[in-house]
This record gives sequence, C-alpha cells and structure tokens, in this order.
Amino acid sequence: MGEEYRHIGKATPRKDARAIVTGRAQYINDMKLPGMLYGKVLRSPYPHAHIKNIDTSKAEAYPGVKAVLTYKNVPEWKGGVPYHRPVLDSTVRFVGDAVSLVAAETEEIAEEALELIDVEYEQLPAVYDVEEATKPDAPQLHAEIPGNVFPRGYPAIGAKALQEIVTGDVEEGFREADFIAEGTCAYENIPNPLPPEPPGVIATWEDPEHLTIFTASQSAAMNRNFGQPFMKLVDMRVISTQCGGSYGTKNANLIPMAHAAALAKAAGSPVKIYYTKEEHFNAYTLRLGSRIHAKMGIKKDGTVTALSGEWFVDTGAASEMAQVQVAVGCGEAQLMLRCPNWNLQPKLVCTNRNPSGVVRGFGGLELKSALIPLLTVAMEKANLDPVEFFKKNYVKAGDGYYWRDGIWWVYRGVDYSKAMQKGAEVFGWKDKWKGWGKPTAVNGTKRIGVGVGLHGNADIGEDESEAYVKLSPDARAVLHACVSESGMGERSSLCKMVAEVLNLSLDRVNITLPDTFVNPFEFGLVGSRGTYAVGSAVIEAAEDAKRKLFDLAAPVLGAKPEDLETKDGQIYVRGNEEKTIPWRRAMGIMRTCTGQGRFETDFSLCNFMMIYAEVEVDTESGKAELLRVVAVTDCGQIIDPLVLEGQLRGSLGSAGIDTALFEESVLDRNTGRILNCNMMDYKWRTFLDLPEFQSVILETPIPSHRFKAVGVGEIAPAPGPSAVLMAISNAIGKRIMDYPATPDKILKALGKI
Amino acid sequence: MKKNNGSEVEKKMGVSKRAVATGRSAEKHNISLVVNRKLFELMVGKDVNPWHTLAHTLRETLGYTGTKIACDHGACGACTVLMDGRAVLSCMILTVECNGKSITTIEGLEDPKTGKLHPLQQAFIDNSAFQCGFCTPGIIMSAKALLDENYSPTEQDVKQALAGHYCRCISHYSVIKAVTEAAGKGR
Repeated sequence: MGEEYRHIGKATPRKDARAIVTGRAQYINDMKLPGMLYGKVLRSPYPHAHIKNIDTSKAEAYPGVKAVLTYKNVPEWKGGVPYHRPVLDSTVRFVGDAVSLVAAETEEIAEEALELIDVEYEQLPAVYDVEEATKPDAPQLHAEIPGNVFPRGYPAIGAKALQEIVTGDVEEGFREADFIAEGTCAYENIPNPLPPEPPGVIATWEDPEHLTIFTASQSAAMNRNFGQPFMKLVDMRVISTQCGGSYGTKNANLIPMAHAAALAKAAGSPVKIYYTKEEHFNAYTLRLGSRIHAKMGIKKDGTVTALSGEWFVDTGAASEMAQVQVAVGCGEAQLMLRCPNWNLQPKLVCTNRNPSGVVRGFGGLELKSALIPLLTVAMEKANLDPVEFFKKNYVKAGDGYYWRDGIWWVYRGVDYSKAMQKGAEVFGWKDKWKGWGKPTAVNGTKRIGVGVGLHGNADIGEDESEAYVKLSPDARAVLHACVSESGMGERSSLCKMVAEVLNLSLDRVNITLPDTFVNPFEFGLVGSRGTYAVGSAVIEAAEDAKRKLFDLAAPVLGAKPEDLETKDGQIYVRGNEEKTIPWRRAMGIMRTCTGQGRFETDFSLCNFMMIYAEVEVDTESGKAELLRVVAVTDCGQIIDPLVLEGQLRGSLGSAGIDTALFEESVLDRNTGRILNCNMMDYKWRTFLDLPEFQSVILETPIPSHRFKAVGVGEIAPAPGPSAVLMAISNAIGKRIMDYPATPDKILKALGKI
Repeated sequence: MKKNNGSEVEKKMGVSKRAVATGRSAEKHNISLVVNRKLFELMVGKDVNPWHTLAHTLRETLGYTGTKIACDHGACGACTVLMDGRAVLSCMILTVECNGKSITTIEGLEDPKTGKLHPLQQAFIDNSAFQCGFCTPGIIMSAKALLDENYSPTEQDVKQALAGHYCRCISHYSVIKAVTEAAGKGR
C-alpha cells in the first residue's frame, strides 16, 4: 500500500464524467465553425503509381465546391526525416494515398466532386516485403530514401540518437555461452489500433500568418511541436477537443492537419476533415512491422552472454518518426536483458502499404513481440523458467543502458522482481508451468497452455513539461497545462495532485482547455509520462503557488512562511488550527498567485508491466481462446485505482494482446489492398469474449516526485502478444513464430494441414 | 474509401442524387418524429434528404451530437438510440422511415426538470465505466433498453445485450459492473 492521502490513491469521478455520460462531451465532429467547409480526399486505388494527368476542372466548376487541390497547387510542406512526405505528390505509394483534396459547402457535394476528378495513372511495380524492399532491384519509393532504407538518426531526439545496440564483444560473448540459439520471428500483422472515433481536424486561418487547428488529439501540443516544422514554421495554435480514443495514433495528426490547413488556405474559410471508418482503415496509422533474425548466447544460470542480429522494421509508405520508435525499442531491449555484449542492427524500411506510425507500445511492443519468442528458444535450451529468467534479467538499480538519446543512463529505480513474483503467485504460475512445449492440461482435443511477457520503458521521464498553478482569493486553483483527454483520465489525475498539494477539495481545482496558446510548454501525453514528467511540473507549480500564498499570509498571521499550512482555503500556523485566515485575507481580492513548475528529461527511471496469459487451444479446429490474463505492475503509488485498472485492461484493446490471436490487417500482396478494412471483417473482442482479467498492482515507493509514482498506461499492451504466443506454443508443443496465431497457423504447426 | 473511377455511370449518379433532392422537395413530403419528448416536423428535400440516416439527422439537423457515429455501417454500436423503446442502430435507419417514431438519445436520459442523472449514467460515473467515452452513449442506450425489459439481468444478459458495441479502451468489465449495479434502481 502507498501512503494515505486525501485524494491521491482514491477513486474519484473524472472531471469530465458527467459530460461523457450525458453526451455533452464535445468531440471533433460535434463541432462546427461559422462558414465552415467540408474537406474530402480523393484516394489512390493503386499501391504505386505516377499521376500522368489530373483534370480537376469539372470538380472546380461543380456548384458548392470552394477549393480543389492537387500536387500542383498545394503548399510545399514536407514531413518525416528526411523530409519525404509532402502534402500531396505526383506519385502515390499505397492504396489510399491522397491524390487530390476538395473543400465544399457540404460533405455530399465534396464527395460528389471527388467523382468528377479525372486521373490518369501510370502504374509502377510495388513491394510489400521488408527484406525484398532492400534488394538492389526493388521498386524505389522515395528519391530521398535510396534503397528504401531510411537513413539513421532523428535530430529532434539529439545528435547521438540511438539507432542500434552495440556494446562489448558478441563473439567473446558467444564463446562464454553454454547454449547458442538462433532464429527468426516476425510480428508483421500490421494491426490497426482503431480508436472508435476516426481522426478529424478543423483548420482555420485567422490571417495568412496565423493558423488555428482544432483536433481530437491525445497531445494537443504535439500537433504544434511537430506541425510547425512541417508547415514551414507557421504560427500555429492547436486546441484539442475531447478525443475518442487514440492509443498513440492521434498525437500529431500531421497528414489530415496539413490537408485541412491547405484547403482552408485555398478556400479562405475554415475546413473540417473527418475520416470515414474506411479511410481510418486504409489511410491512417498501423503498427510497425517487425522481423528479427537473431543469435543468442546463454548460460545455464540464465545469464545472456551475447545477442546479435538484424531487426527489420517496416514502416509502410512513409514515416513520421519511426526512427524514434526504433531508438526507444533499442533502449527497452536493454531494460529487459542485462546482457553485456550486443550487436542488434535495425533497418527501417519503406514498403507500398498504408504507413505505420505512433501506436501505444511505440516500437517496444513491436520489438518485444518478435524478440521474446526468440529468447524463449534460448531459455528452452537452458531449461529455464521464463519468470525466473525475467526476474534475473530485468534492469536493477545501478545497471546502465543507452537510451534513445544515445546517452548511457544508470537506473536508480526499484527492483521489479517482487511484482513479478507476486504476479506469478496470483496467476498460479508454479502449478501451471510444466516446462517448454508442455501443456498445463489436456482435455480431449483441448489443450491449455500458459505464457508470460514483460515490458518496461524509461520514457516515463522523457522530454519537457511546464505548468502554472493559479490561485484565486475565493480558494480555487486553476492548473494551466496543455493536457488533452483521450481516455487516460490524466487531466483529472493532475487536478488531484494540485488539490493534494493545496489541501483543497477536488471541485475547487480545474484545468485549462488543452490549448497551446494559453498554456506553457508541454510535450504531450506519451510514453506513460503523464504521472512522472507532467506530474512533476504540476506538483512543482502547485508548491510554488503555495509558497507565494504563504509569503503573503505570513505578515497577516505574524508567522514565518515556512511555518504555515493551508486546508480548504484557510491558512494557519502549523499546530494551531484554531486561528485561521482565508486565502482572500492573505491575497486581497484583486490578486492571483501563480506558481510555475518545469520538468526536464530524466531517463534514469523506468516503469514495468508483466502479463501472464492462459489459453485453450482446440487441436481439431485450431482455434486458440484466451481464458485468463493477469496484468502485473508496480506503479509506486496509485493516483486513481479505477483509472489505472482501465489502463491495464486496455492491454486487450488498442492492437495489443489480441494481435497474437486474431487481429491483423490482411494485405493482399497482388493488389496492395487491405482486404478486411471494415469493422465486420477486422476482428475485435466483444462483450461475449472476455477472458477473466486480474490486475496485480504493487505500490513500492519510486523516487520520482512527491507522490513516489510512475505511469504505466502506455506500456500495458506491450508484453501481451509474446505472452499469448508463448502460451499457445506451450499448449500445442510446437513453436509458432509469427502473428496472429490463427487456426490455419496452429493446424499447420500441428501438421494437420 | 472512394475509388477514383471517373466512370460515366457513377458521375451521373452523383448528379442525379442532387436532382432527387430537388424533386422530392417539390412534393412537400413531411416526416414528424419525437426526439426526447420534443416533436419535430422535417420536410423531405429541405431538412432531410432521402439518403440521410437517422444518425445524421439527429446530429447534423437536430443538433443531438451525443449520438456518435464511428463505423457508419452498423458494425460498432456507437450510434445506438432508442426507437419506441427498442435499441436501434441509427446509422442503419433512414430518417424517411422514421415518420411517427419516438426516439430517445443520450441527451434524453436525465430528468429534464431536476437534471438528475438516470441511475445508469450515475453508475457509469461511479464505476469509471468509460475511458475515451466515445462508445459510452451507445452503450448506455443499449443498457437502458435492456433494463427496461429485464429488471434484473444476469451478467450474461448484459454481455449479450452489449455484444454489438465496440469499446477499444476495454472498459467492458466496469461497464458490466455499472449496468448490473444500476439494474433495479428505477428507470
């Protein structure tokens, strides 16, 4: 148990709860601006083609159409590193790539106008396999990316951005090993995180120099942070509405944002672009493809002596920041394995399909899902229990790692072995684990198997955050922080921190809208950084505001500021609650007291998540069913138990655990089309298919900030896919090395088809 | 996704859609429907086009934006409203089919006089039975239809009633708890 606090650790209704249950919460498509037009996108039917001719004259002449754009007349904004993704281009690189944009008075008119655009394409050969794409004779996607392999590095995360793991001497490491394992594993089902709300943006130009963006975003600030360099440093104000799910995908929204902004500029009116679900499937963020060929050396006691290999990362037709995902993945691999000798070489490759992008798990999920199954080959050779292996190998205080900035950081956090052990006890691992390739139980054609996976991330302290806390004489506080709400309850959790520091009731603390214009700098709600990084800035601002309040109160009470306390808007000398003055007597009624806080990057702490999974495989039908999940973490201190539990359960969604069982985007490699791009054919878990789900949450104080807490939301799904794959492999006694483990693959592994 | 086709047939269809709208408006065909106890008269061709879904009319014409559209193909449950007390997918029903119907949306659940929340809404708050909240209005409407029919549903009844609802944040477990808790606490 954590400490006893007034608010922290207690379940309290979210600030936006009433708005959500009454339908008043405003999402992007609930919003209209006066004179607003509707933007629609003409999309490519081909995976790779040159636009030989494009005639928009009929569309332009269509009544109600206000602007039509093609590559010939869009602003020259380009995204990605290197710059390779323009707003529109004369080449299309995936089925669903944007060809032309239309703004019109109604959605119907815009859709009809799209049909009036005549395009003559010259089809080009396409490539879909990550290794095929790197061959010398492969079709080339971008002039800026020779050989389809992205140049390494990403300036925004530092000059030395981590793009490989090279330490020690792997040959020496292999000589020291008792066993050598080798193999290939692929996590290439490119699942779609698929938030229920499609992506949407409204762009409006206040004047030619000032752009305002309204969008449903996980991180309003990130739209500006990444949007400004993309749009030639235009002055951009971003305001986030309530966001109907993101799971990482709605952080920067660069492409829809650029399309709406370009149309709004051309039409001279605000423009809304709101994707259909079909566009959401075909032209918005998938997970990265991940394929690893690796060789590992291991000792009998579970020490990993060396790991070398190649990590092929398939980002599809373009990348916003996949180099950062590769960097973070490389960091996370080191958190999981205390191995002295590494040579893991990533290759970030483009192929002709809908681009991958930022998704919850951010490179780490994709890396772990391929790497852990390979490690299990080594564990099996050494006859090691995976739980014991993970306990031994997960980062401990004093261990170091290269993080995404290429800098060697030394870990100063807690030992998560205790949480791993507690999880094992709750799950009943000792009884269920029968050894590698051995089922826990066999009932006729049905076999039960168990598996375990883990993940952790030092991004909980990534990047910078700033906050102001403004106290008013009526004993209220307003938190100025550019924090959006896409489901994590973070806006409410931060208000709880402020209320705790100021000893106010929760209804007296509010937070400003996520608006980059009125709030100080914020990086965004990514990498589980809300609790530690954003929280640290917020706590500091609240403490600073309280100090300023006490400076004003001290002369009134005839005491030293450091001897003062406050509770429910009253100030008193510690130990004497009889004699109090209200805030307004200290402040006067024509004053506010504003405190400031700032957090700076710290990669010396990480979070932790482990998933234990139990599956039942029907060896006749090949169907694997998830029976039970135990999700384990140690978060230092719970901020809100219901919110945290929601985050852990979210491991089943957002293209997480279920990507091991049935979730995939089925890409037809003849036409480049995704075949299951609707919500009937794309499989998702329903209320009738719920496994038993238990959360095990420890609260070992972590040296982060005042409340000794770290966030874990982002990483919740990351250990899931490999845990389930392990469970299936153990159930059937055959290894499966790609995802998802659909009945055809299971029956094939069993030699039945 | 809109295919680029430039085909003559489809181009004509695009134009003919508008023609239908104009033609029908001349007939002055009206639809009357009740939404949250309020009567609306809608003129076909003016307020409503023949291809408008009920979800579209509720949101875009009448301003009831609490009803959400996610897939717009009847596969996710987000747009669920009550029609004459039954849970229906408003994205799969044409408004022109709704003459004489009574619709309840999420905005119609609170007590209009006191602003008191429906027990289901309160139970969703108490159990934090949502994360992003986008699927919540649809889920609450299906749950309302269930509780109106079945005073004390089993857990399996709740799961069955909500099986068509897509929730990607995975709030299912707390939703089941909230609906079970709200059961029997009045309508």
